[in-house]
Amino acid sequence: MKYTTVIGLEVHSELKTKSKAFCSCSTEFGGAPNTHVCPVCLGMPGALPVLNRQVVEFAIRTGLALDCEIKKFNKFDRKNYFYPDLSKNYQISQFDKPICEQGHIDIEVDGNTKRIGITRIHMEEDAGKLVHSGATIKSSDSSAVDYNRAGVPLIEIVSEPDMRSSAEARAYLAKLKAILEYTDVSDCKMQEGSLRCDANISVMPEGSSEFGTRAEIKNLNSFRALERAIEYEVQRQIELIEDGGTVVQETRTWDDAKGMTLSMRSKEEAHDYRYFPEPDLVPVEIDDAWIARVKSELPELPAARKARLMKEKGLVDYDAENIVAVKAMAEYFDEAAKHTDDAKGIANWMLGDVSAYLNSENVTIEDFPIAPANLGEMVNLINKGVLSSKLAKKVFAEMLKTNKEPKVLVKELGLEQISDEGAIVKIVEETLAENPQSVADYKAGKDRALGFLVGQIMKKSRGKANPEMVNNLLKEKMR
Amino acid sequence: MKVTTKDVEYIAQLSRLTIPEGEMEKFTEQFNQILNYADILNKLDTTGIEPTANVLPLSNVLREDVAIEGVSQEVALANAPEAFEGGFKVPRVIE
Repeated sequence: MKYTTVIGLEVHSELKTKSKAFCSCSTEFGGAPNTHVCPVCLGMPGALPVLNRQVVEFAIRTGLALDCEIKKFNKFDRKNYFYPDLSKNYQISQFDKPICEQGHIDIEVDGNTKRIGITRIHMEEDAGKLVHSGATIKSSDSSAVDYNRAGVPLIEIVSEPDMRSSAEARAYLAKLKAILEYTDVSDCKMQEGSLRCDANISVMPEGSSEFGTRAEIKNLNSFRALERAIEYEVQRQIELIEDGGTVVQETRTWDDAKGMTLSMRSKEEAHDYRYFPEPDLVPVEIDDAWIARVKSELPELPAARKARLMKEKGLVDYDAENIVAVKAMAEYFDEAAKHTDDAKGIANWMLGDVSAYLNSENVTIEDFPIAPANLGEMVNLINKGVLSSKLAKKVFAEMLKTNKEPKVLVKELGLEQISDEGAIVKIVEETLAENPQSVADYKAGKDRALGFLVGQIMKKSRGKANPEMVNNLLKEKMR
Repeated sequence: MKVTTKDVEYIAQLSRLTIPEGEMEKFTEQFNQILNYADILNKLDTTGIEPTANVLPLSNVLREDVAIEGVSQEVALANAPEAFEGGFKVPRVIE
C-alpha cells in the first residue's frame, strides 16, 4: 500500500532579550552553572514575576512577519508538571489565548510554491538545563540542574499539519529561521539550542482524509536531524502498520548517533498539565497603536530582499533564494557587491567555493575568514583578466589562510597572468623553435598538435600566460 | 459524590503527595465538600460574561528589558540537598 506522510512542526525560539521573561536575570548563553539566577527563576516561595515588555514586542513582530492576526487580549497560564529542569513545577505559558493566530509561510520545493499554515504563536519561558552524569539520559544515574536558562523568553510557533515530506519540513524550517533572523527576534543557533524543533509525524493510506496516529519527535537539533528523523519515523510507522501493528501516540526522541527514534517513557506517565490562569501576572492588552508601530518598524523580510536582489543585482531566482536564506549570507553578499559591478560573480563564488568551505569546516558565514571587500576585489581581478579562474582558486585558498588583499597575494605568489604581448610572443617563438615536428603536423592539418603546443607554452609560463592570447598568437605565427 | 477515591489517588500522584491509607476516605469527603461549596457559584447566571483572567483591575504591568545581577551560585545552591559541579544534583530522570 502507498502512504501519505503528514508532518506538523512545533518550533521553539529563544528571544534575543537582554533579561529573562519574568525577572531581570541575564539571558546570556554560557556562564558557570546557576550564576544567572534569582529567587524568581529559581522558584523561591513568594517571589513574583513581572513581564518583560520586549517579549511582547518581539512576539508581535514575529506574528506580523508571519502574517498572523495579533490578539489584543493576552493572559498567561500555568502548565503544571514535575521535571527537574522546571524550578517552580510549572511553566508560565499561554494556553487558550495565544498572542498570534492564523499565519502562514510560503515555501518552495522542486519549483512549486506551497503555503504552510501557522496555527498559533505563544509566549512562554524556557526551562533549565540538565547535565547528565552518563553519556545519554538513559544511561545516567543522576543529573545536575543549571537554571541559567530557566525563565529565558521563548515563542512557540505551531504549524498546521500541512507538510507532506521531509523536504517540505526542511524548507519550512529554513524559511521560518530566516524570518526570525531577519526580524532580529532570535539568534536561531540550533547548536546552542536557541532554535529547537519538534515534529509531529503520522502516516495514512494514500487518498485517505483521516490522519493516522501521530508520534511527537523531540531533540531535532539540526536540519539534517529533522530530515533523517522524519524519514526514519515514517518508515518505522509504515513497517509497523504493514506488520499488523498500530502506531501509539507517544513522545519519541531522536538519537542522532544511532540514526533512530526511541520511545521516551518518562516516570511521569500522565500528561495532565492542569492549566489554569497564572494569578501572579495581570493581562496584557495590545492596542492598535502598538501593533501599528511595530508594523512600521518591521525590517526587510527575505521575500522582499530576494525580489530586490533579482531586480537590482540581476540575480536569477535560484541564486537569490539561496543568498537570502541566511541573513548573514545576504549581508555578506551586499557588502561584497559594493566592491564590484559583477554581483552575479559574487553570487557564484558564494554559492560555490564559499559554501563548500563553510560546509567542510562546519562554520557559518560570520566566521568566514575572507572579508567581503576582498572577495569583491578578486572577482574584479578575474573580470579584468589579471587572474584566470584556475589561478583565482589559488588566490582564494590563500585568502582563506591570510585574508590578505587579492592584489597583494597575486604579487606575493607571482600569479599575475601574463598578458603582455611581447612576453608571450617570446615564449611562443621559443616553443615553436623547440618543436618543429608539431609545427609541421599542425600545418598538415592535425589540430591536436595545437593543443600540445599550448600545453608546452602554459608549462613554460607556469600556467600564467593568458590562454586566449597564447591561442591567437600561435595560430598567427604558424599561418 | 462528585469525587471518588480514585480521583483523589490520581490527584495525589500528580501532586507527588502520599496519602496515608486510612485517610483516603477523609480526603475524598473534604474534596467533595469544597466542590459542593464552590457549586453555589453555578447558580449565578454568567451568560455573556467573559471569564475573569485576574481579579486585579490592572493590565500591562511591564518591566523594561534591563539585565540585573541575580544571586551567586553559592547562594543559589545553599538549600540544595546535594550539589554537583555547580548544579542541583537530582536522581535519574528517565526509567
